[in-house]
Amino acid sequence: MVLQSLKNCLWLPCVLRTPKACLWSTASGGLIIQSVSNDVYQNLAVEDWIHDHMDLEKQQVLFLWRNSPAVVIGRHQNPWQECNLKLLRQKNIKLARRRSGGGTVYHDLGNINLTFFTTRKKYERMENLKLVVKALKALRPQLDVHVTDRYDILLDRKYKISGTAAKLGRTSAYHHCTLLCNADKFVLSSVLKSSFKGLKSNATPSVPALVKNLFEEDPSLTSEMLLDAIAKEYAVQHQIDHHITLINPADETLLPGISDKTKELQTWEWVYGKTPKFSISTCLNMVYKDSVLDVKVNMDVKHGRIEVCNIDLPEQWLPPGLYSELVKSLTGSKFCPNETTTLVTTLLRLCPQDDELHSRWSLLCENMIRLM
Amino acid sequence: VCIHRVRSCSSIRFIKSKYVCVFDKSALKFSHQQRLFRTSAVSCGQIVQFKLSDIGEGITEVTVKEWYVKEGDSVSQFDSICEVQSDKASVTITSRYDGIIRKLHYSIDDIAFVGKPLVDIEIDASKGVASEEDVVETPPMSHEEHTHQEIKGHKTLATPAVRRLAMENNIKLSEVVGTGKDNRILKEDILNYLAKQTGAILPPSPKAEIVPPQRRAEAVPAAPKDKARKIPVPVSRPIAFAGKDKTEPVTGFQKAMVKTMSAALKIPHFGYSDEIDLTQLVQLREELKAVAEMRGVKLSFMPFFIKAASLGLLQYPILNASLDENCQNVTYKASHNIGVAMDTEQGLIVPNVKNVQVCSVFDIAVELNRLQSLGSAGQLGTSDLTGGTFTLSNIGTIGGTYAKPVILPPEVAIGALGKIQVLPRFNSKGEVVKAQIMNVSWSADHRIIDGATMARFSNLWKSYLENPASMLLDLK
Repeated sequence: MVLQSLKNCLWLPCVLRTPKACLWSTASGGLIIQSVSNDVYQNLAVEDWIHDHMDLEKQQVLFLWRNSPAVVIGRHQNPWQECNLKLLRQKNIKLARRRSGGGTVYHDLGNINLTFFTTRKKYERMENLKLVVKALKALRPQLDVHVTDRYDILLDRKYKISGTAAKLGRTSAYHHCTLLCNADKFVLSSVLKSSFKGLKSNATPSVPALVKNLFEEDPSLTSEMLLDAIAKEYAVQHQIDHHITLINPADETLLPGISDKTKELQTWEWVYGKTPKFSISTCLNMVYKDSVLDVKVNMDVKHGRIEVCNIDLPEQWLPPGLYSELVKSLTGSKFCPNETTTLVTTLLRLCPQDDELHSRWSLLCENMIRLM
Repeated sequence: VCIHRVRSCSSIRFIKSKYVCVFDKSALKFSHQQRLFRTSAVSCGQIVQFKLSDIGEGITEVTVKEWYVKEGDSVSQFDSICEVQSDKASVTITSRYDGIIRKLHYSIDDIAFVGKPLVDIEIDASKGVASEEDVVETPPMSHEEHTHQEIKGHKTLATPAVRRLAMENNIKLSEVVGTGKDNRILKEDILNYLAKQTGAILPPSPKAEIVPPQRRAEAVPAAPKDKARKIPVPVSRPIAFAGKDKTEPVTGFQKAMVKTMSAALKIPHFGYSDEIDLTQLVQLREELKAVAEMRGVKLSFMPFFIKAASLGLLQYPILNASLDENCQNVTYKASHNIGVAMDTEQGLIVPNVKNVQVCSVFDIAVELNRLQSLGSAGQLGTSDLTGGTFTLSNIGTIGGTYAKPVILPPEVAIGALGKIQVLPRFNSKGEVVKAQIMNVSWSADHRIIDGATMARFSNLWKSYLENPASMLLDLK
C-alpha cells in the first residue's frame, strides 16, 4: 500500500474552472482517499464537499474514514428516539446527523466507513457491497459474508457487520456503509437504546440488529488490513493504482469552504433542529412529600422547538400565574435541557421567595428537563 | 433609465425583463438581472408540472421528507425543492426551471411516485406570446447556442439569463470562470470577467456590493453590433448598500435575559466603585497556584474574591438578603451562595457556589472548576443555577475597568470586577512603585441598602484582598 501526500499528487492545470475539483485528478477512472482525522463532523463535511464540488464524471472516488466515538443518525431521524442522549452526554460521545438517509449507527475507531462517490447515473449500491464482500473473501476466504437485499452485509448469515445509507443529488451521488471490525459492542448497545416512552413521530426508525465484530470471528484481522483489502479491490475493479491518498479535512486550501461545512454539521439547528415533527405524550411520576404525583405531559416539537406544551398538574399545585409563565416560556424554545434549565431557573428568580414553592418548581422542572 | 417595450425574439425560451438606456448616440446597456414578477406577469405565466424523475435502482416510490419551498416562493433552476427518502437513500430534488412554485402535490410523509407530478411551477412568461410587461429586444442570437456548451469535453452550465448576459456583452462562456454550484457560471462571474476586460468598476449587482469611487474606463472593445455594448461607468454614485434587516423571535437564552433584566430594573440601583491594590494577592496566588495544580485544580483570583466577599457578608448581612415583593419583609439569608457570572456560547448564565461561609479558598476553587466545565458543556443543573444570594461578575477577564452591573433578583447587591492593570502608585514612603490595580463597581438595592453600608462592606472586602494575611484572622 502506498500512502502519498496530496501535495505530491498530479495536478492538472486544466482550463477547467474547477481548480479545486481537479486538484486530485489523476486522469484515471478512480481515486482512493483516506481521512487523517477522526472527527465525525470533519469527515462528514468531506463527504459533503466531494458531493458538492467534485466532478465525478471522469473518475469515481472511494473515501475511507474512521471516527472517534460518535453516534450518527440518518437525515430524517429523531435522536431522542434513536439513542440514549443522557448517556451520550455523560460519556462525551458526539452526536452527528448525516445527510444520507437510513438508520442510526455507532462509530468508534473499531468501525470503518467507506463512501463510494459516483455520478447520479452510476449510482449502484449492490455493486459496491459486492466489492466489499469480494475484498473480505480475498483476505479471509473462510469468512461467511454475504449481502442481503436490504443492503446489509451479514456474517454467518446472522450477524450484521455492515449497514448502508445513500445520498443522491442532482448530478452526483454517494453510497456509504460501515464495517464492524473491532467496535465496542457494549457501548454500542447501551448508547443505541432509547428509553424514551410516549414519543410519536414519522421519523425514519432504525431497525435493530444483532451485530458482531469481524475481529471476534478472526482475531488476526485489524481495521488497517480491512481498509487496505477494500482499497485493493476497488483499485482492481477501477483499473487504477493501488494508491491511497491521505487528506486532511481541516485543509481549507485543498477543500475551500470545508470549515463552514464542518461548522454547519455541528450546529444545534442541524443536529436537533432537523428532526421531523414529533409529539410526546408521557407521564411524570414525581415523588413529593411521601406521595407520588402522576403528571401527564403532552408536547409537540417541530424543528426541535416546543410548539405546544401541556402539563397536567393538580389544581393550585403551582400558582396559576407561574404555571402559565412556564408554559409561555417553554413554547417556542428548544427541546433542550440546557436552554430549559436556563429558562426555568430564570423564572424562579421572579417568583415569591417561598421554599415550598421553590421545591415544587424544582421538582417539576427537573422532571421536565429529564425528558429532553 | 428608459424602458422600451419591444417584442421578444421567438427563439428565446425564457425571457427576462431588462432596462435599456439610451444616451446620445451610443447605447449604454444597463444589464440588470432581476426576477421581476409583477402581478400582470403572474397570470400570464405558463404552469409546468415538474415530475419526479427517476431515482435509479428501479425505485418507483419515495417518501417526501422535507420541503425547501412553499407555494408562492420563487425558485431558480438548480435550487433545491425537497428531500425525499427511499430505502436508506436520501435524495435532493432540484428544480429544472426558473419560476414560482404554484402547487405542492404532496405533504410531508406522503408517498410520491416517480413519473408523477411533484410540484407545479409557473414559468416567467410564455414563449413567443407578446405580453404586457417589459420584454427586451434581443439582438439576433446565434441559434447554434445550446443550453450546455461543450468546451474541451466539459459542460458549461449557465442559466438562460446568464447566457443572455454573456451574449449581449460578446463574451464567450468558455472564457469565464464559473464559481457557482457544479462550476456553474453565475451573473457575478460574467460581471467580474467584464470588469477585468474593461478596467471599469461595474454598478452594484443586486447582491450587496459597496462600489468604490469609479475609475475611468479604458477604450471599450467596440463590439461590431449596432448598439455598442458598453458597461456604464458610474459618474458619481452614492454608495449603495443592499443589505436587509433580519427579524427573528426572541427565544431561549435571550428570553430569559429579557425577563430577568426587566424585573431587575424595577430595583432602584445605586453604584459604588473603588480601586483595589492586588499586588500582594498576585504574589500569593503565584505561590499557591502550583500547590493547587498538584491537587489537580486551577486556581484563579475568583476564589479569593469570593471568600473575601463572604467574610464581608458576615459583617454586613443585609447585603446577602432578599426583599419580598411588597417590600414588607427583608429575609436575611443564612447561606452565602455566591453567584459567578459566566459567559457561554449561548449567553450569560450565573451558577453559584453554595455555602461559601463554610468553604475554604481551595474548596471554592474546586467548585468553580466544576461549574466552569459544566457551563461550557451546557450541562449545568437547576440546583447550580438557583439559590444564589450575592453575585460577582468578573468582566475584567474580557476587559474594562468600571462597570454598572445590574442586580439579579431576588438578590440585593452585585459586584463587577474590572481587569487587573499594572499602574504606578505612591507607597507609604512617597515613592512611585508598580502596583497591580483592579477596579470594583458595586450596585445595590437602595430600598434597603444605603451608601454607607455598601462603602463599609467594600472597604472590608478591599482590606482582605490588599492584605491577604488579614483573611487568616477572620477565616471560619
